[in-house]
This record gives sequence, structure tokens and C-alpha cells, in this order.
Amino acid sequence: MSARKSERLLNLVICLLVARTYVTKERIREVVEGYAGQTDDAFEKMFERDKDELRDLGIPIEMGTIDKFFSDEVGYRIRRDVFELPEVHLEPDEAAVLGVAARVWQHASLAEATTSAVLKLKAAGIQTDQSALSAIEPHVGASEPAFDPLWSAVVSRTVVRFEHRRSGAAESTMRTLEPWGIVSWHGRWYVVGRDRDRQATRMFRLSRIGGNVKTVGRAGAFTVPEGTDIRSLVSELAPPRPTSEAKVRARAGCCVSLRRRANAIEPYEDGWDLLHVPYADSEVLAEEIASCGPDAVVEGPGDVLDGVLRRLRSVAGVPG
Amino acid sequence: MSNARDQVQRLLALVPYLRENDGARVDDVAAEFGVRPRQIIADLKVLWFCGLPGAQMGDLIEIDIDAAEGEGVIHLNNADYLARPLRLAADEALALLTALRTLREVTAGQDRDAVDRAITKLETAAGEAAAAGEGAAAHVHVEPAAPEIAETVNRALAGQRRLHLTYDVPSRDETTERDVDPMRLVVSEGRTYLEAWCRLAEDVRLFRLDRIAAVKLLDLPSEPPPEATPRDLSNGMFQPSEHDLLATIRLAPPARWVAEYYPTESVKEAAGNSLIIKLRVADTAWLQRLVLRLGGAATVLEPADLGDQIATTAREALTAYDDQL
Repeated sequence: MSARKSERLLNLVICLLVARTYVTKERIREVVEGYAGQTDDAFEKMFERDKDELRDLGIPIEMGTIDKFFSDEVGYRIRRDVFELPEVHLEPDEAAVLGVAARVWQHASLAEATTSAVLKLKAAGIQTDQSALSAIEPHVGASEPAFDPLWSAVVSRTVVRFEHRRSGAAESTMRTLEPWGIVSWHGRWYVVGRDRDRQATRMFRLSRIGGNVKTVGRAGAFTVPEGTDIRSLVSELAPPRPTSEAKVRARAGCCVSLRRRANAIEPYEDGWDLLHVPYADSEVLAEEIASCGPDAVVEGPGDVLDGVLRRLRSVAGVPG
Repeated sequence: MSNARDQVQRLLALVPYLRENDGARVDDVAAEFGVRPRQIIADLKVLWFCGLPGAQMGDLIEIDIDAAEGEGVIHLNNADYLARPLRLAADEALALLTALRTLREVTAGQDRDAVDRAITKLETAAGEAAAAGEGAAAHVHVEPAAPEIAETVNRALAGQRRLHLTYDVPSRDETTERDVDPMRLVVSEGRTYLEAWCRLAEDVRLFRLDRIAAVKLLDLPSEPPPEATPRDLSNGMFQPSEHDLLATIRLAPPARWVAEYYPTESVKEAAGNSLIIKLRVADTAWLQRLVLRLGGAATVLEPADLGDQIATTAREALTAYDDQL
């Protein structure tokens, strides 16, 4: 049964692709094998469904009037220039990297989409090389249940509605978002877009969104504002640039990461160094200094010192 | 069994592919398309009934089914109108280009140049489908390593040479020196790791590139022993072992993130919006650092003596400030 349907779909594609002008539904019914024996009603349903499935595959089926004098007579066609993959010439080293790209996604539907893209390129005569860069394995996964629906919404530009729970909050709130893009930061996915209720750009972590992502309205319902670069929006996730400097005594051979980013290291007394450590947020630096325990002693500024003392006292069970 | 939609999608690539590769073997084609050989035969039998509208015998796609079923070789003719594959769909273009941009981040030198050129050409070929990706609708951030370190590591892998690493181990707060035989470069959870046979540990180890403080290309070949097999990273980078210590920790609200961040054995809600988690700890020094960092928001309940030991360490650290208070 499925083979017959495949034949019908492919014959429909060929029919619309080779036609010089729009083909009427009556003509299609006549010439495409599989439609002929159907009742009017069954044919209508079948034809509608077939068109939808082909459009789903990305096949551009256009509708238009056949004759400018008889505008009520409509037909269908597939424009070859829109249907076909344009000419693409890759040098051997450029083609070789496609083989590696196909191994990047550790997520079923994206791995499939990539493989399918690479297959089309191979069908266009491009030779990939499985052995190229074989020692490089960039893996990108996506285990969040919200990933699939949000990825599709980004691709099709469809508005979504979902429940989002803020960090530490027990209650979740309903959000309506125009999803501009989806970003992975240290293995966690975020969706970026315009929050319709708050009328502002917002970013949500996918692990804080339930799997129940609903689409609102039709595809192509919004445009991403010109000049939007989600990569720069993501930089908000990165730690801010340092603006101050703290003085921290460090035991020799210890406090590796503080030493690594110190602006300067001076020898101090026996077995100790004095580090000049740049920082942006005194609490974040205090966390790191406290984690070193007795191997790091902060000299100042006062807000960093207070942060360290508060933490150590709390862990020690000593009242402040 | 494939449905008609999948089959048509495959056929639209299969026809131009077979035109490009006359005499291709059924087995090879099946491997290329990720299906079984008998699926390819079934596909050919579908194509056999396809052709120009109102198909008469001469208008159908010609396939030598006997040769395909008998010798396993495919010859296809009379399908000039399907000479090129379908253009890339929006999701295909975005998935492929995002994969290439991620790959770009871990390549160096000429390889990176090749990836860049491929990206530019494919963006053009994808046309409107890639327009959805203008400004990158999907982006995978890969933490950049120092260029000279990335370059040297890539050269060692390409030339199969041994490396000397100066490597920071923050969980134990130490810097180590070791010779390693590089095996592969892995990107996982947005960070790049060198997987190598470590001649110090005599085992396979993963080294985060941004924690390599210095690297030297040695004039020796990379020779990982036969027992050096790549680790299976499909379950993430951190794979707790059953031999590791099982710790029970109470997390007050400011420390709840720990339960999401690290792999846990169990997570239970407790009074005061806190959590009680159990997690495997390979190194107690790591746990001590975490508890000190969280500054009282996390309490080790079990093993109890470990909790006591961490409190003692905190008291010891406080003595350094005695004269200031």
C-alpha cells in the first residue's frame, strides 16, 4: 500500500515539475497513476493530503491561474529553480568536513536532518570523506523534552506558549514567546526571543520549561528583528568583565585557578605568594576563595573579605 | 518499515545519486542512505513505476531490476528531469550549518579554513532556507581555548605526536606535569577535551583544553597502547562509578542548583524548600571545596565524619583572620 502511495507522490512531483505551466486538478487526476479510480470525494481528500505531505518535505507546490482570460481556472506547478538544490562546488577539503559534521548531533531528529542534508549534497555529486578529521569529535546533545518543539518553532517561526519555572521558584508561570533562536551554553539549551506578555527580549533555560510546549497560530507569524544576533545575546550568560582587583595570599602550589588569572603574583613570606586577582562580582570571588579553605587568605577589599568570612563561619558553625 | 513520506524523500535524493554513480552497488547505496539493501530494492521497484505524466512504456524511469537483484549493481536511466536533488529544507540547512559552525570552533589552521569555506558555500546553496539562520537561529557555544594551545594539540593529533602537558586539576587544586599520547579531540557540553593515553596515570584521561596551562609538542610518536580505548561519552562527561563514595547532602534554597548541575543518585524535597540529595563522590577534596564554596547552604549529612572534617577545615581557615578581628 505504502509503495503505491510513494509511486503516486513521486509521479505527482514529476508531473508538476516537467509541466510548462500550471496543471489543472482534472489533468492531474487523469495522468497521475493512482488518482484515476477514485470517487470525486476520495480524490479531493487524497490530493489535498498528498500536497500537504510534499510541502512538508520542502517541495514548493505553487498554485496559480492557468489562463489570464479565464481566471477561475487554477492549477499547480513546481518551479524547477525553487525545487532544485542550486549548483554548489566544494573543494575536496571543504567536502571532507561534511563527513564530520554528520557526526556532530547526538540527538535523533537533528542527526537525521543533518544526514539528510549531506545525502542531498552527495546526490549532487559531492564526495565526502569519512576519514577526514577523524580524531575530532564535536558532540552536541539535547536531552531536554522542550528541545524538539522549540527547535521546530524556531525553524518555522511559530509563536509558542509554555510553562516556565524560575530558578528556586516553586510556581511556574505561563509565557508566550516569539522564538528567535536556540542556544547551547555549557551543555544547556536556552531559547531566546520576544516575550509577548512582557514586550521584551527574554531568554529561558529549556530545563526549566516543561515538555508541554504549545504552538500558537501559524508558521511564519513573526520576523526576527533585523540585526539580531543571538550569539551576542548569549554573551549575557558569560561572566561579566572584571572591574576590580582583590589581594589574596595563596599557599605555594595551591589556588591554581586564582593564580592562573592573577594580574600579578608577588612572593610573600615563607611558602606564600600574594596574588592580585581581577574580579567583577565580590560574592563570586568570595565563593572561590572560600573553596580553597586554609590555602587562601583574602586581604581585601572589605566586601570580598566579608563574603569569605561569612561563608567560612557558616560552614564552621561559628556565629558571625 | 518506511512510510511513503520517508520513501519519497529518499527517492528524490536516490535518483540523482544513482545518475551520478552509475553501476553503484546495492550494499554501498544502502549504507550511504542508512537503510537495508532490501529497502533499496523496494525503492527501485517504486521508481520502476514512475515517470512522465500519462506514462507509456517509454516514459518511465528505466531500471535494470535483474542486475540489481542478481549482481547487486544498479543502472538507472531515463530520469533526466530528476537530475538534481531537492533543495535543503530549513531544518536541514540549520542542523547542518550549526554542526559545521560547532566543528569550526575545534579546528585550527587549514582545517578551520576549509570549514569556513564550506560554511560560506553552503549558506549560499541553502539560500532562503539558511535565511532563517541569519544571525544564527541556532548556536552552540564552545568555550574557546588559547589559540596556541589549540593549534599545538591539533598538530599533535594530525601528526600523531606525543605531547607534554602542564595541566591544572581544580578539583584537587593542583597543577600537574605529564606526557600524553593524543587519541582524539572531543567537544562535550560546550567544552573541548583532549582524550589521550596519560603516561603518568597509565590510563585514558580527558583533558579540558582551557585547563591546559602549557603544552609542548615532543619529538616522539604518539603510541597509545592497545588497551587505550576511547571512553563512551554518550551519557555525559561525568560518569560516577559505583566504587565512589556515596554522600548525602542537604541543599538549602541557594544551593538547589547543585541537584541540577551534577549527576545525582537521588533527589528528595525536604523542609524549608531544601533538597536532600545523594551523589557519588570520586574525590572528597572536590566535595570539601564545593561545601566551602556554598558557604553553609550545603550540609554533608553522610558520611558524618566527612561533614565534621569540612567544618574543621573551615575553622582552620578562619584562624588566619584572627588578628584582623
